[in-house]
Amino acid sequence: MRVCRVVGTVVATAKHPSYHGLTLLVCQPTDDEGRDVGDTFIAVDHSQAGVGDWVLVNQEGGGARLVFGAPLEDKLPIRSVVVGIVDRVDTGA
Amino acid sequence: MTPSIRSVSILVAVNLGRVIGTVVAERKYEGLEGLKLLVVQPVDEQEKDKGTPFVAVDTVRAGPGDVVILVGAREAALALDEAFVPVDAAIVGIVDSVDLDRRRQARAR
Repeated sequence: MRVCRVVGTVVATAKHPSYHGLTLLVCQPTDDEGRDVGDTFIAVDHSQAGVGDWVLVNQEGGGARLVFGAPLEDKLPIRSVVVGIVDRVDTGA
Repeated sequence: MTPSIRSVSILVAVNLGRVIGTVVAERKYEGLEGLKLLVVQPVDEQEKDKGTPFVAVDTVRAGPGDVVILVGAREAALALDEAFVPVDAAIVGIVDSVDLDRRRQARAR
């Protein structure tokens, strides 16, 4: 799972059927204090997240299939899903 | 300068790319018959080139110059009708626009 800042949205009308009706968010991985770490990637929203939100992203296809209710053997080509809105991250002593 | 398609970077997370060419392969694994193979240059959220071109199977009739949404690893194979086709990257969308927040846009200029 990654903690990321939502820095944008992707609009695409021509999409694979599994992506219809889903919101695509541009996610910037961050450290526990919200500083950018590494490259952005695209995740499908499942928490009504918006630009600026700090979110929890699951980057594993099985999780995506679980979240979207597709039976595991169903064919869901989605890998990254926003599964939570982060309020705070407490690390260290 | 023809892009050198070096080792295919394992595309794990869904990402963006620009279609820069096509691959024609007469002799190939039968599961790959009839699939359109496109050469994709990975790009970042500002649509600037980032990394090494690789080959992805197309599922949305993308064309040269299109900025596309890619999914990798096992999910790439799931994007195809017929299961268990040996692909590790698939194009699952054609981008109309990437709308970034002001802070991120400011950094772009």
